[in-house]
Amino acid sequence: MKPIDPGLLTGLPSKPSLLGSRCTACGEHFFPVQKGCANCSSDDLQTVDLGSRGTLWTWTVQRFAPKPPYLGDPNSFEAYGVGYVEMPSGVKVESRLLGLGEDDWTIGMAMQLELEPVVVQGGATDLVTYAFRALRKECCND
Amino acid sequence: MTDVAIIGVGLHPFGRTPDRSGLDQGVYAVREALKDAGIQWKDVQVAYGGSMDGGDAEAIVNQLGLTSLQFTNIWNGCATGGSSLSAAHNAIKAGAADIALAVGFDKHSPGAFNPDPASLGLPAWYGETGMMLTPQFFAMKLQRYMHEHAISVETLSLVAEKAFHNGSLNPGAWRRHALSREDIASSPMVCDPLRKYMFCSPAEGGAALILCRGDIARRYTTKPVWLKAAVVRGRHYGSFEVYSPCIARELAPSATVTAARDAFELAGIGPGDVDVLQLQDTESGAEIMHMAENGFCEHGEQEHLIRSGVTAIGGAMPVNTDGGCLANGEPIGASGLRQIYEICIQLRGQAGKRQVPNNPQVGYTHVYGAPGVSGVTVLQR
Ligand SMILES: [Zn+2]
Repeated sequence: MKPIDPGLLTGLPSKPSLLGSRCTACGEHFFPVQKGCANCSSDDLQTVDLGSRGTLWTWTVQRFAPKPPYLGDPNSFEAYGVGYVEMPSGVKVESRLLGLGEDDWTIGMAMQLELEPVVVQGGATDLVTYAFRALRKECCND
Repeated sequence: MTDVAIIGVGLHPFGRTPDRSGLDQGVYAVREALKDAGIQWKDVQVAYGGSMDGGDAEAIVNQLGLTSLQFTNIWNGCATGGSSLSAAHNAIKAGAADIALAVGFDKHSPGAFNPDPASLGLPAWYGETGMMLTPQFFAMKLQRYMHEHAISVETLSLVAEKAFHNGSLNPGAWRRHALSREDIASSPMVCDPLRKYMFCSPAEGGAALILCRGDIARRYTTKPVWLKAAVVRGRHYGSFEVYSPCIARELAPSATVTAARDAFELAGIGPGDVDVLQLQDTESGAEIMHMAENGFCEHGEQEHLIRSGVTAIGGAMPVNTDGGCLANGEPIGASGLRQIYEICIQLRGQAGKRQVPNNPQVGYTHVYGAPGVSGVTVLQR
């Protein structure tokens, strides 16, 4: 199992969490890791753990097969959710959403990060990416 | 300050023209604009143009004539046309030319655009995992907006119904068949809450405008249209724009808000003075959000305004009288200039069946493109 980008995640494989940047000058957070601050122009950014839980800020469903560079096979395309999840720092990260047809996505609902296998043309790989799913109350004690 | 007038406009019909290249559609539009202005190609002193899939805009000189004019290729996503116009406007203001051309054309294959993430400074995985699609952005911005400002799903259908009705009155439009709100509301879902007939499609077409120094405009036309302001603005930190893997903690107004405010200030004209307008309607929700972002109403008022017909051709605030992007499709290089073409035709009283009946004096255009560029103009008869 390998993340689709080495700089995307930490805590693999059991406690995956998103990596991002925090500007040491103004305190703003970014995703993914950045080299310069879009707020104050500083180039002094530190890589930080953005966490693995947040709340759904907005969402949609991708119902047609994207063209490349999307890696999936258009012939076996299945619709998937996309949304922005607001993390504890306040930054909203764009993510694929898991649970289409099972969960009714509503703005403000609690979301939990999971790993999702990356499906490519020609079958499965050992690549994973991040995705969020609605947090089930019974799933977690912490 | 030098005034700038539009003295000639030309359009190659939007839609699908299998036998004509994008470049040829651009040449066609320029020849129409030259004819409209009553000038020759050799009279044009500086040109700005753009195309995404039709080749370098400059290549039109091979057909129009090699006159050694400075021709600058412009690329600014869907705001390419607005950016070309802004550059032409500035060249005249700066005294660098008396007569300038802004031209755009394109010829896209069907289906949503699929840019290379690296070309926008974004990581490869963003495209590979299927998150770099403009329809998703429009849908997610709209979903949040509907949540905050109580816009109903039915209003999305009303905007599309108006667009296709206006398109049916426009012989130059691509989609000239009116669709009922029921047809629209029952079309397949594409990116929730947006359905097939609520989206515009990539298409083909060309548009050209001839600009000239104000004090000589009446040599060429009895009906100059004054370009009171042409402003292009980019992203703010915190604004929610297309192709953004993250959005800042605190939201800021979009590029459109700043572009509109600055343009009205430069023009000395307010939104209440505008008689006919064009707002980027890549999908029907965009038209709704852009009404407020451009200053024409408060957030949330659209629901009532659209239902009461205010944005229809006979209403007090006619929006997208030619059918907009929904009925014309979007050839990226040409789309922003098509908006200005339509306003010029309306201000001259030449819009035929789709002419607004309020004897318009002031018009407005707004184009929005990736990765968050907004171009607006204020036009006066
Ligand atoms: Zn900073």
